[in-house]
Amino acid sequence: MDGIHDMGGMDGFGKVTPEANEPPFHEPWEGRVLAMQRALGYAGTWQIDMSRAAQERLPPQTYLGVSYYTRWELAMESNVIERGFAGADEIAAGHALRAGKPIKRKLTADVVQQGMTRGSFYRQAQAPARFKPGDRVRTRNIHPATHTRLPRYARGHVGVVERQHGCHAFPDAVATDKGDDPQWLYTVVFDARELWGPDADPTLKVSIDAFEPYLEPA
Amino acid sequence: MQLRVRALETVLTEKGYIDPAALDLIIEAYETKVGPHNGARVVARAWSNPAFKQALLEDGSKAVRTMGHESRVGDHLVAVENTPQLHNMVVCTLCSCYPWEVLGLPPVWYKSAPYRSRAVKDPRGVLADFGVKLPKETQIRVWDSTAETRFLVLPMRPTGTESWSEERLASLVTRDCMIGTGLPKTP
Repeated sequence: MDGIHDMGGMDGFGKVTPEANEPPFHEPWEGRVLAMQRALGYAGTWQIDMSRAAQERLPPQTYLGVSYYTRWELAMESNVIERGFAGADEIAAGHALRAGKPIKRKLTADVVQQGMTRGSFYRQAQAPARFKPGDRVRTRNIHPATHTRLPRYARGHVGVVERQHGCHAFPDAVATDKGDDPQWLYTVVFDARELWGPDADPTLKVSIDAFEPYLEPA
Repeated sequence: MQLRVRALETVLTEKGYIDPAALDLIIEAYETKVGPHNGARVVARAWSNPAFKQALLEDGSKAVRTMGHESRVGDHLVAVENTPQLHNMVVCTLCSCYPWEVLGLPPVWYKSAPYRSRAVKDPRGVLADFGVKLPKETQIRVWDSTAETRFLVLPMRPTGTESWSEERLASLVTRDCMIGTGLPKTP
């Protein structure tokens, strides 16, 4: 979706302000949110693309105004409720009022290491790769109302395929509950002047990792 | 937020989906075990061992797995090399994708609007915010992590470190130099 999260190239946000000696979590609740996210992922409740999509659907003022882990928490609540894992009434009450849904597996202390290692996103190819390194491609001018990983700044531009990363689960399909729909994934590199105009930094190149449906031959 | 998070955790626990003791261990791992020291060891080995460096650049995940870490590295890690002609910088404009298995949790600035918006358009301005100035002829390559591939920058080895041990070399490798917003420390 053409949401506020898609901020590559936007102006006005000011300087990058690193915090010296930043702790992993600024408040204990942040750690609980991250750990719950990992545990729910392990349990197979939903995939990461649904988590990202739920964040993207937060109202823009909320998205920009709250902290990172607050965004994750709000997105997690919405997925929990929308996907039937708990009711809004139960969250408001702070207690389960009904039994839970069955889950694939539960992250327990003895398998925590597995919960912390990312699973593979490789999937079986459905067709031969359409492109190869060296090919000139144009990104399509798509504007789906739902989750996509083609940023606005990189749509409708000509670049070169630099690497091919095999077939991966396709986020645009996964996030809309259409299944993995595996697609070939490519690193596509653009000259900055192609993206930002003739006054752009001539020493700059920018790449994205683009799924095959985002690309056409140039 | 603390109360809201506690409410959610209680509901999810009572429903049987999560185990608070496992959550405790995950938090402890991120606070004490999984961090940029892992990536620093990888960089130090690449600096010391040409065969490892070659393997790392060919298949980052496979090479890092040979080292054995507290946190196992999954698939999809790609190492990108800085040279005197080329400086690499990594961003996730759409959210916060980051090679956390080798670098730990991303800092707040990496996940925030100023970095996410400017890195792909004005990387030299971003580097200036970090106090870094590159020669004007240096090519800059910004990698937007839009899929599950995760990028680790392999910075240039500082001069004056010949015959240093891997452990000593690792002490020069900062988190920011593995993202591309900094340079390694010098001896």
